[in-house]
Amino acid sequence: MNAAVLQPGPQTLVQKIRVKNLNFYYGGFHALKDINLEIPERKVTAFIGPSGCGKSTLLRTFNRMYALYPKQEARGEIFLDGEDILSPRQDLNTLRAKVGMVFQKPTPFPMSIYDNIAFGVRLYETLSSREMDERVEWALRKAALWEEVNGKLKQSGTSLSGGQQQRLCIARGIAVKPEVLLLDEPASALDPISTGRIEELVHELKNDYTIVIVTHNMQQAARVSDYTAYMYLGELVEFGVTDEIFIKPKKKETEDYITGRFG
Amino acid sequence: MGLYSRRLWINRFNLAVSLLTMLIGLFWLGWILLTLFQAGFKALGPALFYAMTPPPGSDGGLANAIAGSLIMATMGTLIGTPIGMMAGIYLAEFGNRGWLAPVTRFINDILLSAPSIVVGLFVYEVYVIHTRHFSAWAGTMALALIVIPVVIRTTENMLRLVPDSLREAAAALGAPQWKVITLVTVRAAKAGIITGILLAIARISGETAPLLFTALNNQFWSLDMNRPMANLPVVIFQFAMSPYENWQHLAWAGALIITLGVLVLNIFARVFFRNQTPTY
Repeated sequence: MNAAVLQPGPQTLVQKIRVKNLNFYYGGFHALKDINLEIPERKVTAFIGPSGCGKSTLLRTFNRMYALYPKQEARGEIFLDGEDILSPRQDLNTLRAKVGMVFQKPTPFPMSIYDNIAFGVRLYETLSSREMDERVEWALRKAALWEEVNGKLKQSGTSLSGGQQQRLCIARGIAVKPEVLLLDEPASALDPISTGRIEELVHELKNDYTIVIVTHNMQQAARVSDYTAYMYLGELVEFGVTDEIFIKPKKKETEDYITGRFG
Repeated sequence: MGLYSRRLWINRFNLAVSLLTMLIGLFWLGWILLTLFQAGFKALGPALFYAMTPPPGSDGGLANAIAGSLIMATMGTLIGTPIGMMAGIYLAEFGNRGWLAPVTRFINDILLSAPSIVVGLFVYEVYVIHTRHFSAWAGTMALALIVIPVVIRTTENMLRLVPDSLREAAAALGAPQWKVITLVTVRAAKAGIITGILLAIARISGETAPLLFTALNNQFWSLDMNRPMANLPVVIFQFAMSPYENWQHLAWAGALIITLGVLVLNIFARVFFRNQTPTY
């Protein structure tokens, strides 16, 4: 596969993340095969593909989440603003301060709504209580949750509904002011109304953040993303502007998957 | 017989059997409590809490035994809980690699099911013999050794119930592992860990065997940790076996006090932590 073919859109775009010859292994299983990809800054990039194609695995290399598990290994290079984050010299905590992540299932911490947001901020900054109050409000407003939780910030984060919990997790990710936001099927456990709100939110957040979203839902990818990558069996099949991928994909496999004539 | 009515009858049968087994269990428990309350309340009086254990034939109370039991159970819990929690955290959070964790887990399981008299003999052998006298410290050590495996087991089990997604979420914010553990996972497992500690307290409150060889008993008021110390289980053991009626009454009263103490502790903990249990 020629890397040049996979470069999206006009060359004037700033590339935030550049993946070069990335291979990933779960023990003996070769899960990602020679991935080359460039993710533009302040745009939404979606990864689509059938289950087990490696889209979540690829996402989890961007903040080196896999490093929690001793048998998982990535080889190759991933440049974030030109610096190789796979280098052993990369400090994981500073990387994760820059690259936030929201998971499939909402994961509120067992503490108050306020402390859920403040948790990450306290890792990096020492704020006065007034500054912290402002930061918490700012993050909750950005995640479109402020109106619903204002006045009950002392309540446990686990007492919120599923959709609210997920927005709380997004607010928590935003509060540490990252540059990249990774969303791993953020709406797959939510009802259509909550899903709609998350999608609106993604739309607004891309003004400030580079967003990478993994989704099973192709309509969702079409609605929220600017660029789409189609993956299959650990390979990047096609990458390009979302409209082109969905309207006139270059490859037959992509077309088959998108039109549902897969397999 | 149709499928539906067959399932209905199987359901009724199983329900009846379950109810029956529950009633059998409750029956004995009710009987034990009834006997305990009947015999115990007779001997209950204010003197119990200020008078010392009496010599045969004269009146007295259990003040020294109550104080001794409180001191040794508290000290044993204070020493055993942090050790047990830290070991449990190690097993749950770091125990997936290497050989140390499986070996520790195996030994802990043996310790957990070891008869408590073995623990008493062990402390007797390694501590009492060398100091040449029974002491409250020895009793405390024996109780701590009983607390540790219980707390290790419950801490590990409760931490394993915390979903990995929560650990990942905390790590994804850039939290170092010690903060992930102390601020997120242990907190998520808090209610379960505390229940485990309470179980351990309940267990050591009634243990006689490990104290028999270590703290022994003391007829007088003593708070000196380096001397033998009175305690409820050994007093109950001695008094219940004696031919003197007033000693037997005191033994019942002591048993009632232990039971009520453990009950109050449990109720208190339930009420206190009721609203703090997170749901997943």
